[in-house]
Amino acid sequence: MKLRHIGLIAAGLGIALLVTLFSPFASSSPDGLERVAEDKGFSGVADSPPYQLISDYVFPWVGNKDLATVLSGIVGVLIVAAVVFTIAFLLARGGGAQRSTTSGGGSS
Amino acid sequence: MALIDPSTLQSIQAPAMHIPDGFLSAPVAGAGFVLTAAAVTVAVRRTNHTLGERSVPLMGVMAAFIFAAQMLNFPVAGGTSGHLLGATLAAILLGPWAAIIVMASVIGVQALMFQDGGLAALGANVFNMGVAAALLGYAVYTATSRLANGRLWLRQVGAFAAAWLTVQAAAALTSFELALSGTSPLNVVLPSMMGVHALIGIGEGLVTVAALAFVTATRRDLLPAEATVSEG
Repeated sequence: MKLRHIGLIAAGLGIALLVTLFSPFASSSPDGLERVAEDKGFSGVADSPPYQLISDYVFPWVGNKDLATVLSGIVGVLIVAAVVFTIAFLLARGGGAQRSTTSGGGSS
Repeated sequence: MALIDPSTLQSIQAPAMHIPDGFLSAPVAGAGFVLTAAAVTVAVRRTNHTLGERSVPLMGVMAAFIFAAQMLNFPVAGGTSGHLLGATLAAILLGPWAAIIVMASVIGVQALMFQDGGLAALGANVFNMGVAAALLGYAVYTATSRLANGRLWLRQVGAFAAAWLTVQAAAALTSFELALSGTSPLNVVLPSMMGVHALIGIGEGLVTVAALAFVTATRRDLLPAEATVSEG
């Protein structure tokens, strides 16, 4: 892994983690779909999820709601990054590894 | 005069934006999985042959940023909020196929771990916000980029338009799915969804243009060849 890549990963993850610090200030108003569902009277047909892990971006067992939200964001950022790094690494090895192309993925 | 039962109240208080379970009928949800599976299969095939060394770190970073940004609901008019999709941004920086993989991963983790978006509705959610959004956003951006002919401000207008349109398209697709499921008639749900998301799309456009400007200023080498036309 090249130095520039490590810099990119550190900076990118840093920005993403920084963004999560603002999550307690996010609007708690219903979003577009929820607003329409409420206004048009079909929000009630939503089923509860069959299980809950970090439901609604509030980390369980943490008393402070802001802290619980930020914590869920940090956990989410790290998990999503780990999942996509793994997938992308496997895909790159699958065929693109030998070619050190600098062009974008847009091949169409 | 509506009776409010507690379960309804709970479902509307949560700042979750994706389609929850219960909104889609089994055939519509199933069709969502079929279309998404087909698109992801194509995406894997395409990236398997074109994914450059540059793309691996950028895909992970992109996914992390989109997840974080999707948590930040911003207020729009009338006690409503919206948040970034990110598909256009990902498609511009990574190409549409890698963007589909990024979006599918983000939306998948949101459904499985954060109960944001239903499990049965996962296919439809990925199709609306990932597959369709990435393909459309990329198509609109590349078309306008070509027309822009190197003029930076025109490319930015193109990026804004692409981002705004993907939000409209995702809202329209969701409306059709809700109507096909018998949840809400199309003439009721479509105008409301398009109206609300016309505002939310402005936020999508602004964040997309700002993020592209940030990448251009800090790591120009990350931009794909067709996006690095020198500004005139």
